[in-house]
Amino acid sequence: MSEPFLIGDAMTGGYGGADILHDCTIAVEKGEIAVIVGPNGAGKSTAMKAVFGMLKLRLGSVRLRGEDITALTPQARVGKGMGFVPQTNNIFPSMTVEENLEMGAFIRRDDIRTTRDQVYDLFPILHDKRRQAAGELSGGQRQQVAVGRALMTQPSVLMLDEPTAGVSPIVMDELFDRIIEIARTGISILMVEQNARQALEIADKGYVLVQGENRFTDTGRALLADPEVRKSFLGG
Amino acid sequence: MEPLNALVSLSNFMFIPALAYGSQLALGALGITLIYSILRFAHFAHGDTMALGTAAVIGGTFFLQAQGISFGPFPTALLAVPFGLIVMIAYLLAADRLVYRYYRRVKAKPMIFVMASLGVMFVTNGITRLFMGVGETRFEDGERFIFTVRQFRDVTGLAEGMALRSAQAITIVTALIVMVVLFWFLNRTRAGKSMRAYSDNEDLALLSGINPERVVLITWVITAILLVLAGTLFGLDKGFRPFNYFQLLLPMFAAAILGGLGSPIGAIVGAYVVALAELGITYAWRRVFTYLMPEGLEPTSMMQLLPVDYKFAVTFAILVIVLLFRPTGIFKGKVI
Repeated sequence: MSEPFLIGDAMTGGYGGADILHDCTIAVEKGEIAVIVGPNGAGKSTAMKAVFGMLKLRLGSVRLRGEDITALTPQARVGKGMGFVPQTNNIFPSMTVEENLEMGAFIRRDDIRTTRDQVYDLFPILHDKRRQAAGELSGGQRQQVAVGRALMTQPSVLMLDEPTAGVSPIVMDELFDRIIEIARTGISILMVEQNARQALEIADKGYVLVQGENRFTDTGRALLADPEVRKSFLGG
Repeated sequence: MEPLNALVSLSNFMFIPALAYGSQLALGALGITLIYSILRFAHFAHGDTMALGTAAVIGGTFFLQAQGISFGPFPTALLAVPFGLIVMIAYLLAADRLVYRYYRRVKAKPMIFVMASLGVMFVTNGITRLFMGVGETRFEDGERFIFTVRQFRDVTGLAEGMALRSAQAITIVTALIVMVVLFWFLNRTRAGKSMRAYSDNEDLALLSGINPERVVLITWVITAILLVLAGTLFGLDKGFRPFNYFQLLLPMFAAAILGGLGSPIGAIVGAYVVALAELGITYAWRRVFTYLMPEGLEPTSMMQLLPVDYKFAVTFAILVIVLLFRPTGIFKGKVI
Protein backbone atom coordinates (compact mmCIF):
# COMPACT_ATOMS: atom_id res chain seq x y z
CA MET A 1 0.00 0.00 0.00
CA SER A 2 1.44 3.35 -0.97
CA GLU A 3 1.71 6.18 1.54
CA PRO A 4 -1.49 8.29 1.78
CA PHE A 5 -1.31 12.02 1.08
CA LEU A 6 -1.82 12.92 4.75
CA ILE A 7 -1.71 10.42 7.58
CA GLY A 8 -1.89 10.62 11.34
CA ASP A 9 -0.29 7.29 12.03
CA ALA A 10 -0.90 5.31 15.25
CA MET A 11 -1.45 8.53 17.23
CA THR A 12 -1.50 8.26 21.03
CA GLY A 13 -1.81 11.30 23.26
CA GLY A 14 -4.08 13.80 25.02
CA TYR A 15 -4.16 17.30 26.50
CA GLY A 16 -1.74 16.55 29.36
CA GLY A 17 -3.46 14.12 31.78
CA ALA A 18 -4.74 10.81 30.47
CA ASP A 19 -4.47 9.80 26.83
CA ILE A 20 -7.55 10.47 24.74
CA LEU A 21 -6.30 8.87 21.53
CA HIS A 22 -5.08 5.30 21.59
CA ASP A 23 -3.16 4.09 18.57
CA CYS A 24 -5.54 5.98 16.31
CA THR A 25 -4.86 6.23 12.58
CA ILE A 26 -6.51 8.74 10.25
CA ALA A 27 -5.50 9.17 6.62
CA VAL A 28 -6.72 10.92 3.50
CA GLU A 29 -5.76 10.48 -0.15
CA LYS A 30 -5.29 13.31 -2.61
CA GLY A 31 -8.56 14.84 -3.73
CA GLU A 32 -10.62 12.52 -1.55
CA ILE A 33 -12.96 13.10 1.35
CA ALA A 34 -12.27 11.34 4.64
CA VAL A 35 -14.83 11.60 7.42
CA ILE A 36 -14.39 10.91 11.11
CA VAL A 37 -17.61 9.87 12.85
CA GLY A 38 -18.41 8.34 16.21
CA PRO A 39 -20.36 8.88 19.40
CA ASN A 40 -19.90 11.92 21.64
CA GLY A 41 -16.59 11.94 23.45
CA ALA A 42 -15.05 9.46 21.02
CA GLY A 43 -12.11 11.79 20.42
CA LYS A 44 -13.14 12.83 16.89
CA SER A 45 -12.17 16.48 17.27
CA THR A 46 -9.13 15.47 19.28
CA ALA A 47 -7.94 13.22 16.46
CA MET A 48 -8.37 16.11 14.04
CA LYS A 49 -6.50 18.51 16.31
CA ALA A 50 -3.73 15.93 16.69
CA VAL A 51 -3.32 15.79 12.92
CA PHE A 52 -3.12 19.59 12.86
CA GLY A 53 -0.59 19.73 15.69
CA MET A 54 -2.82 21.30 18.32
CA LEU A 55 -1.97 18.64 20.89
CA LYS A 56 1.21 16.82 21.65
CA LEU A 57 1.46 13.17 20.62
CA ARG A 58 3.16 10.74 22.94
CA LEU A 59 3.43 8.11 20.23
CA GLY A 60 2.85 7.97 16.51
CA SER A 61 3.52 10.49 13.78
CA VAL A 62 1.85 12.77 11.26
CA ARG A 63 3.11 12.71 7.69
CA LEU A 64 2.21 14.97 4.78
CA ARG A 65 3.33 13.83 1.32
CA GLY A 66 5.56 11.33 3.12
CA GLU A 67 7.29 14.10 5.08
CA ASP A 68 7.24 13.79 8.88
CA ILE A 69 5.57 16.95 10.25
CA THR A 70 4.92 15.67 13.80
CA ALA A 71 7.13 18.33 15.38
CA LEU A 72 5.69 21.32 13.46
CA THR A 73 3.45 23.96 15.06
CA PRO A 74 -0.05 24.47 13.60
CA GLN A 75 1.13 27.73 12.00
CA ALA A 76 4.01 25.94 10.30
CA ARG A 77 1.57 23.30 9.04
CA VAL A 78 -0.50 26.09 7.45
CA GLY A 79 2.67 27.05 5.61
CA LYS A 80 3.01 23.44 4.44
CA GLY A 81 -0.41 23.55 2.80
CA MET A 82 -2.84 22.51 5.51
CA GLY A 83 -5.99 24.52 6.12
CA PHE A 84 -8.01 24.20 9.31
CA VAL A 85 -11.55 25.36 10.07
CA PRO A 86 -12.24 25.20 13.83
CA GLN A 87 -15.71 24.24 15.00
CA THR A 88 -16.43 27.53 16.77
CA ASN A 89 -14.90 31.01 16.72
CA ASN A 90 -13.78 30.39 13.16
CA ILE A 91 -14.28 33.91 11.78
CA PHE A 92 -13.24 37.48 12.61
CA PRO A 93 -16.70 38.78 13.56
CA SER A 94 -16.13 42.54 13.43
CA MET A 95 -14.29 42.43 10.10
CA THR A 96 -15.99 42.35 6.72
CA VAL A 97 -16.27 39.13 4.71
CA GLU A 98 -13.62 40.40 2.33
CA GLU A 99 -11.26 41.27 5.18
CA ASN A 100 -11.80 37.80 6.63
CA LEU A 101 -10.63 36.30 3.36
CA GLU A 102 -7.70 38.71 3.25
CA MET A 103 -6.64 37.69 6.75
CA GLY A 104 -6.89 34.04 5.69
CA ALA A 105 -4.25 34.81 3.08
CA PHE A 106 -2.06 36.73 5.54
CA ILE A 107 0.97 34.49 5.00
CA ARG A 108 0.80 34.99 1.23
CA ARG A 109 2.73 37.86 -0.27
CA ASP A 110 1.53 37.38 -3.86
CA ASP A 111 -1.66 38.55 -5.52
CA ILE A 112 -4.60 36.93 -3.74
CA ARG A 113 -7.34 38.20 -6.04
CA THR A 114 -7.62 35.03 -8.14
CA THR A 115 -8.04 32.87 -5.04
CA ARG A 116 -10.54 35.34 -3.61
CA ASP A 117 -12.60 35.23 -6.80
CA GLN A 118 -12.49 31.42 -6.73
CA VAL A 119 -13.91 31.52 -3.19
CA TYR A 120 -16.61 33.93 -4.37
CA ASP A 121 -17.42 31.57 -7.25
CA LEU A 122 -17.74 28.71 -4.79
CA PHE A 123 -19.83 30.73 -2.32
CA PRO A 124 -21.66 33.41 -4.36
CA ILE A 125 -23.45 34.70 -1.27
CA LEU A 126 -20.11 35.81 0.16
CA HIS A 127 -19.58 38.03 -2.86
CA ASP A 128 -22.93 39.71 -2.23
CA LYS A 129 -22.09 40.25 1.43
CA ARG A 130 -18.41 41.03 1.04
CA ARG A 131 -18.68 44.47 2.64
CA GLN A 132 -20.73 43.24 5.60
CA ALA A 133 -19.26 42.34 8.99
CA ALA A 134 -18.92 38.57 9.13
CA GLY A 135 -20.40 38.49 12.63
CA GLU A 136 -23.71 39.80 11.27
CA LEU A 137 -24.21 36.85 8.91
CA SER A 138 -26.36 33.75 9.49
CA GLY A 139 -24.84 30.54 10.84
CA GLY A 140 -24.57 28.90 7.43
CA GLN A 141 -23.04 31.99 5.85
CA ARG A 142 -20.52 32.23 8.66
CA GLN A 143 -19.45 28.65 8.00
CA GLN A 144 -18.96 29.61 4.37
CA VAL A 145 -16.78 32.53 5.47
CA ALA A 146 -14.82 30.16 7.70
CA VAL A 147 -14.26 27.64 4.91
CA GLY A 148 -13.46 30.44 2.46
CA ARG A 149 -10.93 31.91 4.87
CA ALA A 150 -9.14 28.55 5.15
CA LEU A 151 -9.12 28.17 1.35
CA MET A 152 -7.29 31.47 0.90
CA THR A 153 -3.89 29.92 1.55
CA GLN A 154 -4.57 27.53 -1.38
CA PRO A 155 -4.17 24.49 0.90
CA SER A 156 -3.70 20.96 -0.41
CA VAL A 157 -5.58 19.57 2.60
CA LEU A 158 -8.62 21.17 4.17
CA MET A 159 -9.58 20.06 7.66
CA LEU A 160 -13.10 20.82 8.86
CA ASP A 161 -14.25 20.35 12.46
CA GLU A 162 -18.03 19.78 12.33
CA PRO A 163 -18.71 22.28 9.53
CA THR A 164 -22.47 21.71 9.74
CA ALA A 165 -22.83 22.15 13.51
CA GLY A 166 -25.85 24.33 14.21
CA VAL A 167 -27.01 24.91 10.64
CA SER A 168 -30.35 23.90 9.12
CA PRO A 169 -30.66 20.64 7.08
CA ILE A 170 -31.00 22.59 3.82
CA VAL A 171 -27.86 24.59 4.51
CA MET A 172 -26.13 21.37 5.55
CA ASP A 173 -26.87 19.72 2.20
CA GLU A 174 -25.56 22.78 0.41
CA LEU A 175 -22.39 22.85 2.50
CA PHE A 176 -21.78 19.18 1.69
CA ASP A 177 -22.23 19.93 -2.02
CA ARG A 178 -19.65 22.70 -1.74
CA ILE A 179 -17.26 20.37 0.08
CA ILE A 180 -17.57 17.82 -2.73
CA GLU A 181 -16.86 20.61 -5.19
CA ILE A 182 -13.73 21.60 -3.25
CA ALA A 183 -12.52 17.99 -3.24
CA ARG A 184 -13.00 17.80 -7.03
CA THR A 185 -10.43 20.59 -7.45
CA GLY A 186 -7.85 18.20 -5.99
CA ILE A 187 -7.94 19.38 -2.37
CA SER A 188 -8.06 16.55 0.17
CA ILE A 189 -10.77 16.95 2.79
CA LEU A 190 -10.60 15.60 6.30
CA MET A 191 -13.64 16.33 8.40
CA VAL A 192 -15.34 15.48 11.66
CA GLU A 193 -19.12 15.17 11.46
CA GLN A 194 -22.05 14.73 13.83
CA ASN A 195 -24.44 13.99 10.97
CA ALA A 196 -22.81 10.62 10.36
CA ARG A 197 -25.17 9.26 7.73
CA GLN A 198 -25.05 12.29 5.39
CA ALA A 199 -21.32 12.64 5.88
CA LEU A 200 -20.59 9.00 5.08
CA GLU A 201 -22.65 9.32 1.92
CA ILE A 202 -20.16 11.79 0.49
CA ALA A 203 -17.08 10.17 2.06
CA ASP A 204 -14.50 8.22 0.10
CA LYS A 205 -13.18 6.96 3.39
CA GLY A 206 -14.87 6.75 6.78
CA TYR A 207 -13.40 6.34 10.24
CA VAL A 208 -15.59 5.28 13.11
CA LEU A 209 -13.85 6.18 16.36
CA VAL A 210 -14.87 4.90 19.77
CA GLN A 211 -13.02 6.00 22.91
CA GLY A 212 -10.08 7.26 20.93
CA GLU A 213 -9.59 4.03 18.97
CA ASN A 214 -10.34 3.04 15.38
CA ARG A 215 -13.44 0.81 15.55
CA PHE A 216 -14.33 0.59 11.85
CA THR A 217 -12.45 1.89 8.84
CA ASP A 218 -13.75 1.45 5.31
CA THR A 219 -15.17 3.37 2.37
CA GLY A 220 -18.14 5.53 3.21
CA ARG A 221 -20.45 3.29 1.18
CA ALA A 222 -19.25 0.11 2.89
CA LEU A 223 -19.69 1.60 6.35
CA LEU A 224 -23.24 2.68 5.49
CA ALA A 225 -23.97 -0.87 4.37
CA ASP A 226 -22.36 -2.55 7.37
CA PRO A 227 -25.21 -3.75 9.62
CA GLU A 228 -23.14 -3.41 12.79
CA VAL A 229 -22.15 0.19 12.04
CA ARG A 230 -25.76 0.96 11.16
CA LYS A 231 -27.06 -0.57 14.37
CA SER A 232 -24.54 1.04 16.71
CA PHE A 233 -23.82 4.41 15.16
CA LEU A 234 -26.39 5.32 12.56
CA GLY A 235 -29.51 4.52 14.53
CA GLY A 236 -30.57 1.39 12.60
CA MET B 1 -32.72 88.76 24.11
CA GLU B 2 -29.38 88.45 22.45
CA PRO B 3 -28.91 84.86 21.30
CA LEU B 4 -25.80 85.73 19.32
CA ASN B 5 -24.03 87.06 22.39
CA ALA B 6 -25.15 83.99 24.32
CA LEU B 7 -23.68 81.74 21.65
CA VAL B 8 -20.39 83.64 21.59
CA SER B 9 -20.12 83.48 25.36
CA LEU B 10 -20.93 79.80 25.34
CA SER B 11 -18.33 79.13 22.64
CA ASN B 12 -15.66 81.07 24.46
CA PHE B 13 -16.12 79.44 27.84
CA MET B 14 -17.43 76.04 26.91
CA PHE B 15 -17.42 74.81 23.31
CA ILE B 16 -13.86 75.73 22.36
CA PRO B 17 -12.30 74.59 25.64
CA ALA B 18 -14.39 71.39 25.55
CA LEU B 19 -13.38 70.70 21.96
CA ALA B 20 -9.70 71.13 22.83
CA TYR B 21 -9.91 69.17 26.09
CA GLY B 22 -12.04 66.50 24.39
CA SER B 23 -9.45 66.15 21.62
CA GLN B 24 -6.70 65.62 24.19
CA LEU B 25 -8.84 63.05 26.01
CA ALA B 26 -9.73 61.36 22.72
CA LEU B 27 -6.07 60.75 21.84
CA GLY B 28 -5.51 59.28 25.28
CA ALA B 29 -8.69 57.20 25.24
CA LEU B 30 -7.78 55.80 21.81
CA GLY B 31 -4.58 54.44 23.35
CA ILE B 32 -6.54 52.88 26.22
CA THR B 33 -8.99 51.26 23.85
CA LEU B 34 -6.21 49.91 21.59
CA ILE B 35 -4.30 48.38 24.49
CA TYR B 36 -7.51 46.95 25.88
CA SER B 37 -8.46 45.23 22.64
CA ILE B 38 -4.98 43.96 21.69
CA LEU B 39 -3.22 43.29 24.99
CA ARG B 40 -6.53 42.76 26.80
CA PHE B 41 -5.96 44.73 29.97
CA ALA B 42 -6.78 48.15 31.38
CA HIS B 43 -3.58 50.17 31.10
CA PHE B 44 -3.39 52.07 34.39
CA ALA B 45 0.00 53.55 33.61
CA HIS B 46 -1.56 55.56 30.77
CA GLY B 47 -1.64 58.95 32.51
CA ASP B 48 1.83 58.74 33.95
CA THR B 49 3.49 57.46 30.79
CA MET B 50 1.81 60.39 29.07
CA ALA B 51 3.49 62.66 31.63
CA LEU B 52 6.88 61.06 30.98
CA GLY B 53 6.50 61.45 27.22
CA THR B 54 5.54 65.07 27.68
CA ALA B 55 8.51 65.59 30.01
CA ALA B 56 10.77 64.33 27.22
CA VAL B 57 9.16 66.78 24.80
CA ILE B 58 9.65 69.61 27.32
CA GLY B 59 13.29 68.63 27.75
CA GLY B 60 13.70 68.73 23.99
CA THR B 61 11.92 72.09 23.83
CA PHE B 62 14.22 73.67 26.44
CA PHE B 63 17.25 72.29 24.60
CA LEU B 64 16.06 73.76 21.30
CA GLN B 65 15.26 77.09 22.96
CA ALA B 66 18.76 77.15 24.49
CA GLN B 67 20.16 76.66 20.98
CA GLY B 68 18.10 79.64 19.86
CA ILE B 69 15.93 77.50 17.60
CA SER B 70 12.25 78.40 17.36
CA PHE B 71 9.33 77.40 15.16
CA GLY B 72 8.15 80.91 14.26
CA PRO B 73 4.57 81.46 15.35
CA PHE B 74 4.20 77.80 16.38
CA PRO B 75 5.27 76.40 19.75
CA THR B 76 8.85 75.08 19.74
CA ALA B 77 7.48 71.97 21.48
CA LEU B 78 6.13 70.71 18.14
CA LEU B 79 9.73 70.44 16.90
CA ALA B 80 10.64 68.43 20.00
CA VAL B 81 7.80 65.92 19.50
CA PRO B 82 9.96 63.47 17.47
CA PHE B 83 12.44 63.33 20.36
CA GLY B 84 9.58 62.66 22.79
CA LEU B 85 8.32 59.93 20.47
CA ILE B 86 11.66 58.14 20.46
CA VAL B 87 11.86 58.28 24.26
CA MET B 88 8.26 57.11 24.67
CA ILE B 89 8.52 54.24 22.17
CA ALA B 90 11.73 53.06 23.80
CA TYR B 91 10.17 53.34 27.27
CA LEU B 92 6.96 51.48 26.43
CA LEU B 93 8.80 48.73 24.57
CA ALA B 94 11.19 48.37 27.50
CA ALA B 95 8.23 48.16 29.89
CA ASP B 96 6.69 45.51 27.66
CA ARG B 97 9.92 43.55 27.48
CA LEU B 98 10.61 43.75 31.22
CA VAL B 99 7.09 43.46 32.63
CA TYR B 100 4.18 42.59 30.39
CA ARG B 101 5.81 40.03 28.09
CA TYR B 102 6.39 37.64 30.97
CA TYR B 103 2.71 37.76 31.94
CA ARG B 104 1.71 37.21 28.31
CA ARG B 105 3.90 34.15 28.17
CA VAL B 106 2.36 32.61 31.31
CA LYS B 107 -1.10 33.67 30.07
CA ALA B 108 -1.83 35.65 33.23
CA LYS B 109 -5.35 36.84 34.02
CA PRO B 110 -6.22 40.43 33.00
CA MET B 111 -6.29 41.53 36.65
CA ILE B 112 -2.62 40.52 37.02
CA PHE B 113 -1.82 42.71 34.01
CA VAL B 114 -3.71 45.62 35.54
CA MET B 115 -1.71 45.28 38.77
CA ALA B 116 1.52 45.08 36.76
CA SER B 117 0.56 48.26 34.93
CA LEU B 118 -0.15 49.86 38.30
CA GLY B 119 3.45 49.08 39.23
CA VAL B 120 4.68 50.53 35.96
CA MET B 121 2.58 53.60 36.76
CA PHE B 122 4.33 54.21 40.10
CA VAL B 123 7.78 53.74 38.60
CA THR B 124 6.99 56.01 35.67
CA ASN B 125 5.56 58.62 37.98
CA GLY B 126 8.77 58.55 40.03
CA ILE B 127 10.96 58.95 36.96
CA THR B 128 8.92 61.91 35.73
CA ARG B 129 9.11 63.71 39.09
CA LEU B 130 12.82 63.04 39.29
CA PHE B 131 13.32 65.08 36.13
CA MET B 132 10.50 67.60 36.32
CA GLY B 133 9.69 68.02 40.02
CA VAL B 134 6.11 68.27 41.21
CA GLY B 135 5.49 71.90 40.32
CA GLU B 136 4.09 73.37 37.16
CA THR B 137 6.28 73.81 34.08
CA ARG B 138 5.11 76.07 31.27
CA PHE B 139 6.66 75.49 27.88
CA GLU B 140 4.26 77.22 25.53
CA ASP B 141 5.90 79.80 23.28
CA GLY B 142 5.29 81.31 19.84
CA GLU B 143 2.09 83.19 19.03
CA ARG B 144 -0.32 82.73 21.96
CA PHE B 145 -3.54 83.67 20.20
CA ILE B 146 -5.10 83.11 16.80
CA PHE B 147 -7.44 85.95 17.76
CA THR B 148 -8.05 87.63 21.12
CA VAL B 149 -11.28 88.73 22.81
CA ARG B 150 -10.56 92.34 21.90
CA GLN B 151 -9.88 91.55 18.22
CA PHE B 152 -13.07 89.50 18.06
CA ARG B 153 -15.12 92.33 19.58
CA ASP B 154 -13.60 94.92 17.27
CA VAL B 155 -14.35 92.85 14.18
CA THR B 156 -17.86 91.72 15.07
CA GLY B 157 -19.03 94.65 17.19
CA LEU B 158 -20.67 92.25 19.66
CA ALA B 159 -20.71 92.97 23.39
CA GLU B 160 -19.44 89.50 24.18
CA GLY B 161 -15.95 88.45 23.15
CA MET B 162 -14.37 85.19 22.11
CA ALA B 163 -10.74 84.14 21.93
CA LEU B 164 -9.05 81.25 20.20
CA ARG B 165 -5.68 80.32 21.64
CA SER B 166 -3.07 78.74 19.37
CA ALA B 167 -2.73 75.76 21.70
CA GLN B 168 -6.45 75.06 21.32
CA ALA B 169 -6.41 75.39 17.55
CA ILE B 170 -3.30 73.22 17.21
CA THR B 171 -4.87 70.61 19.49
CA ILE B 172 -8.07 70.37 17.50
CA VAL B 173 -6.31 70.23 14.12
CA THR B 174 -3.69 67.72 15.27
CA ALA B 175 -6.27 65.44 16.88
CA LEU B 176 -8.33 65.48 13.70
CA ILE B 177 -5.33 64.53 11.54
CA VAL B 178 -4.23 61.81 13.97
CA MET B 179 -7.72 60.29 14.06
CA VAL B 180 -8.01 60.22 10.26
CA VAL B 181 -4.56 58.62 9.91
CA LEU B 182 -5.31 56.09 12.65
CA PHE B 183 -8.58 55.01 11.03
CA TRP B 184 -6.90 54.78 7.66
CA PHE B 185 -4.18 52.63 9.23
CA LEU B 186 -6.60 50.29 11.02
CA ASN B 187 -8.95 49.84 8.07
CA ARG B 188 -6.71 50.00 5.03
CA THR B 189 -3.25 48.67 5.83
CA ARG B 190 -2.16 45.07 6.26
CA ALA B 191 -0.65 45.77 9.69
CA GLY B 192 -3.78 47.60 10.84
CA LYS B 193 -6.07 44.82 9.68
CA SER B 194 -3.90 42.23 11.40
CA MET B 195 -4.35 44.23 14.62
CA ARG B 196 -8.12 44.15 14.24
CA ALA B 197 -8.03 40.45 13.42
CA TYR B 198 -5.94 39.77 16.51
CA SER B 199 -8.35 41.79 18.62
CA ASP B 200 -11.33 39.92 17.13
CA ASN B 201 -10.11 36.34 17.45
CA GLU B 202 -6.66 35.66 18.83
CA ASP B 203 -6.59 31.92 18.03
CA LEU B 204 -7.74 32.32 14.46
CA ALA B 205 -5.23 35.14 13.96
CA LEU B 206 -2.50 32.74 15.05
CA LEU B 207 -3.82 30.10 12.62
CA SER B 208 -3.77 32.69 9.86
CA GLY B 209 -0.08 33.31 10.43
CA ILE B 210 -0.37 36.67 12.21
CA ASN B 211 2.58 37.11 14.57
CA PRO B 212 1.22 38.25 17.96
CA GLU B 213 4.50 39.79 19.13
CA ARG B 214 4.51 41.99 16.04
CA VAL B 215 0.92 43.07 16.66
CA VAL B 216 1.85 43.93 20.26
CA LEU B 217 4.88 45.92 19.07
CA ILE B 218 2.80 47.96 16.62
CA THR B 219 0.22 48.60 19.34
CA TRP B 220 2.83 50.04 21.71
CA VAL B 221 4.31 52.23 18.98
CA ILE B 222 0.88 53.65 18.11
CA THR B 223 0.12 54.13 21.82
CA ALA B 224 3.39 56.00 22.22
CA ILE B 225 2.51 58.35 19.36
CA LEU B 226 -0.96 58.99 20.78
CA LEU B 227 0.39 59.53 24.30
CA VAL B 228 3.14 61.98 23.33
CA LEU B 229 0.77 64.01 21.16
CA ALA B 230 -2.05 64.02 23.75
CA GLY B 231 0.37 64.92 26.56
CA THR B 232 2.13 67.67 24.62
CA LEU B 233 -1.13 69.24 23.49
CA PHE B 234 -2.57 69.07 27.01
CA GLY B 235 0.62 70.62 28.39
CA LEU B 236 0.63 73.43 25.83
CA ASP B 237 -3.01 74.13 26.63
CA LYS B 238 -2.94 73.92 30.42
CA GLY B 239 0.69 73.72 31.57
CA PHE B 240 2.62 70.64 32.63
CA ARG B 241 2.19 69.18 36.09
CA PRO B 242 2.75 65.43 36.67
CA PHE B 243 -0.19 65.11 39.05
CA ASN B 244 -2.64 66.54 36.48
CA TYR B 245 -1.59 63.84 34.04
CA PHE B 246 -2.20 61.15 36.63
CA GLN B 247 -5.65 62.64 37.17
CA LEU B 248 -6.38 62.45 33.43
CA LEU B 249 -6.56 58.68 33.88
CA LEU B 250 -10.13 58.94 35.16
CA PRO B 251 -11.64 60.98 32.29
CA MET B 252 -9.67 58.96 29.71
CA PHE B 253 -11.01 55.67 31.06
CA ALA B 254 -14.48 57.15 31.41
CA ALA B 255 -14.32 58.20 27.75
CA ALA B 256 -13.13 54.79 26.55
CA ILE B 257 -15.74 52.92 28.60
CA LEU B 258 -18.55 55.34 27.76
CA GLY B 259 -17.79 54.95 24.05
CA GLY B 260 -17.45 51.18 24.34
CA LEU B 261 -14.10 49.58 25.18
CA GLY B 262 -12.33 48.33 22.09
CA SER B 263 -14.14 50.72 19.78
CA PRO B 264 -11.88 53.52 18.47
CA ILE B 265 -14.80 55.63 17.26
CA GLY B 266 -16.40 55.12 20.67
CA ALA B 267 -13.30 56.43 22.43
CA ILE B 268 -13.48 59.64 20.40
CA VAL B 269 -17.20 60.21 20.94
CA GLY B 270 -16.86 59.30 24.61
CA ALA B 271 -14.02 61.78 25.05
CA TYR B 272 -16.04 64.70 23.69
CA VAL B 273 -19.08 63.74 25.79
CA VAL B 274 -16.96 63.58 28.95
CA ALA B 275 -15.29 66.91 28.14
CA LEU B 276 -18.62 68.63 27.46
CA ALA B 277 -20.15 67.19 30.63
CA GLU B 278 -17.21 68.22 32.80
CA LEU B 279 -17.26 71.76 31.50
CA GLY B 280 -21.04 72.05 31.20
CA ILE B 281 -21.83 71.00 34.74
CA THR B 282 -19.12 73.15 36.31
CA TYR B 283 -19.80 76.17 34.09
CA ALA B 284 -21.51 79.30 35.45
CA TRP B 285 -24.45 79.67 33.07
CA ARG B 286 -25.58 83.06 34.39
CA ARG B 287 -24.12 85.07 31.55
CA VAL B 288 -25.64 82.88 28.85
CA PHE B 289 -29.06 83.00 30.47
CA THR B 290 -28.81 86.74 30.97
CA TYR B 291 -28.57 87.05 27.21
CA LEU B 292 -31.27 84.47 26.51
CA MET B 293 -34.00 85.30 29.01
CA PRO B 294 -36.44 88.18 28.47
CA GLU B 295 -35.67 91.38 30.35
CA GLY B 296 -36.56 91.23 34.02
CA LEU B 297 -36.17 87.45 34.19
CA GLU B 298 -32.38 87.39 34.31
CA PRO B 299 -31.01 84.86 36.79
CA THR B 300 -29.62 86.25 40.00
CA SER B 301 -27.48 83.26 41.00
CA MET B 302 -24.36 82.01 39.18
CA MET B 303 -26.36 79.07 37.77
CA GLN B 304 -23.40 76.78 38.33
CA LEU B 305 -24.36 73.20 39.14
CA LEU B 306 -21.04 72.28 40.76
CA PRO B 307 -17.83 74.19 41.55
CA VAL B 308 -14.99 73.60 39.08
CA ASP B 309 -13.09 71.57 41.70
CA TYR B 310 -15.74 68.89 41.31
CA LYS B 311 -15.19 68.23 37.62
CA PHE B 312 -13.73 64.81 38.32
CA ALA B 313 -16.83 63.97 40.32
CA VAL B 314 -18.80 64.57 37.13
CA THR B 315 -16.58 62.14 35.23
CA PHE B 316 -16.80 59.63 38.03
CA ALA B 317 -20.59 59.88 38.00
CA ILE B 318 -20.61 59.27 34.23
CA LEU B 319 -18.40 56.22 34.70
CA VAL B 320 -20.64 54.76 37.43
CA ILE B 321 -23.83 55.41 35.47
CA VAL B 322 -22.41 53.80 32.30
CA LEU B 323 -21.13 50.77 34.18
CA LEU B 324 -24.47 50.33 35.92
CA PHE B 325 -26.86 50.87 33.04
CA ARG B 326 -24.94 50.27 29.81
CA PRO B 327 -21.65 48.52 30.53
CA THR B 328 -20.97 47.95 26.83
CA GLY B 329 -20.94 51.71 26.22
CA ILE B 330 -22.44 53.67 23.33
CA PHE B 331 -20.82 51.63 20.55
CA LYS B 332 -21.25 48.14 22.05
CA GLY B 333 -17.74 47.51 23.23
CA LYS B 334 -16.49 44.80 25.53
CA VAL B 335 -17.47 44.62 29.18
CA ILE B 336 -14.66 44.94 31.70
